[in-house]
Amino acid sequence: MKEFLTGSTAIEPSTGPKRPILSVRGVSKQFTIGAGSAATRIDALHGIDVEVQKGEFVCLLGASGCGKSTLLRIVAGFEQPSEGAVTMYGAPIVAPGPERGMVFQDYGLFPWLTVRENIAFGPRERGIARSHVDAIADRFTGMVGLQKFASYYPAQLSGGMKQRVAIARVLANDCELLLMDEPFGALDALTRERLQAELLDIWQQTRLTVLFVTHSVEEAVFLANRVLVMSAGPGRISDDIRIDLPRPRDVSSPEFNDVRRALTGRLTSHLAPGVAPG
Amino acid sequence: MAAHAAAVARALVVPALLVLGWHAAVAATGTKMVPPPLDVARTLWDLCAGGIHDDPFSGSIFGHLWASVQRVYGGFFLAVAAALPLGLLIGRVPVIREMLDPTLQALRPIPVTAWLPLSMIFFGLGPKAAIFLVFLGAFYPILLNTTFGVRAVETRLFEAAAMLGCSSSAMFRKVVLPAAMPSIFTGLRLGHGFAWILIVVGEMTGVPQGLGALIMDGRSLARTDLVIAGMLVIGVVGYASDRVLVALNNRALQWNPQHRV
Repeated sequence: MKEFLTGSTAIEPSTGPKRPILSVRGVSKQFTIGAGSAATRIDALHGIDVEVQKGEFVCLLGASGCGKSTLLRIVAGFEQPSEGAVTMYGAPIVAPGPERGMVFQDYGLFPWLTVRENIAFGPRERGIARSHVDAIADRFTGMVGLQKFASYYPAQLSGGMKQRVAIARVLANDCELLLMDEPFGALDALTRERLQAELLDIWQQTRLTVLFVTHSVEEAVFLANRVLVMSAGPGRISDDIRIDLPRPRDVSSPEFNDVRRALTGRLTSHLAPGVAPG
Repeated sequence: MAAHAAAVARALVVPALLVLGWHAAVAATGTKMVPPPLDVARTLWDLCAGGIHDDPFSGSIFGHLWASVQRVYGGFFLAVAAALPLGLLIGRVPVIREMLDPTLQALRPIPVTAWLPLSMIFFGLGPKAAIFLVFLGAFYPILLNTTFGVRAVETRLFEAAAMLGCSSSAMFRKVVLPAAMPSIFTGLRLGHGFAWILIVVGEMTGVPQGLGALIMDGRSLARTDLVIAGMLVIGVVGYASDRVLVALNNRALQWNPQHRV
């Protein structure tokens, strides 16, 4: 088991001239809920330090309320940290941008655009020439296997197909960092497994960097080569674990189960006694 | 096609029963106040083609209809021109909402008919007063539904557009407008319906032409057949023009299964 699961809680500066694609330093985030005397301050994140290297598949794993989605939304530029800094290739992240493609659990597709038009949305907004946009849209519609559905509207698609469109539209937009917020959480088990495998294919083909939020230990062990375990109150990263299981990973193998059990142990050790992992 | 014919047949059952009931009621009571359906049908024919009564109303329907259509659509398009941009602004710009919304909401409960005396003072006796009333009636449904549509756009769609590289200046055209379209169409359809309702009120202000004027003439001459014929024409034309709007709606919003009507 040990050879597959390596703790690396201390973040060492990477050796050589290699610069991390993403760097999160001292990030905290407080929310105020309610108003007046009933106002409560919530520490969603406290003292988060993470560096992500190009090509990594990183899962943010934690129970609900641990701030993992908040951290992802800060990286996406939808929210600003209360303290600390987030940089991509050294440049501060201040707003959403096409280099950081977000895939939402509820898809966030434009219902008035067809599959193909949804995929073409980003390239078109960035002013790419019409003929080139068409070629890009065709290519990525094909990449997620939706050629036959290119002129369908989102309302006519299943959840799995919608999520394929959501993935294709950020890939079509040349994103370098793929941010995924429990993207398969609303799908049935079979569709989820299919999409996980497809996502890994895409990741291996493109060598994208992926930051993937999930509360499923199994999903994290199946997908990630690095898992950041988060715990709540205030939200922080309690473990930084490499997963070196060979791919394709077999969820029924004893090695897989060893890693899963170990990771579940890390997750529950941060929860209050008697609380089962989510 | 057979299914379509069956649907048409089903839609005609209730009107046929109403006409039969009307005929039976007139025959049973022997009233002279309400004409039987056949008399109204003859008057309708006369209004269209003449040759039955040969009075000043014979063959006059198209003049009345044209006058009303001009006022209905004059008022309706004025309402669209005012309410649509205003609704978009109120929905999108908080300052404008804070400045205009209370006033507009306070004016809203006033029935359009209550404006009749004032509109006659403003615009005199004539088509302008009718157009004004139609405008007022169509204005609020369009305004309220547009505002609602703009305000109800999901935050998620703004986030999605932003992370795909949509600039904040393009957001309005690329996200707000298409997302608000179903609501805007609902407003247009409601406003259009109110425009046809209010044309009769508008044309009671002493205009010589128009379906409302025809009904008022029928009333002062105790020609109830004319009154009912005018009512029927308004019903049919209002229905037909609503179907045109519905067809446009279904065409423009084919992406939205909830909004097909």
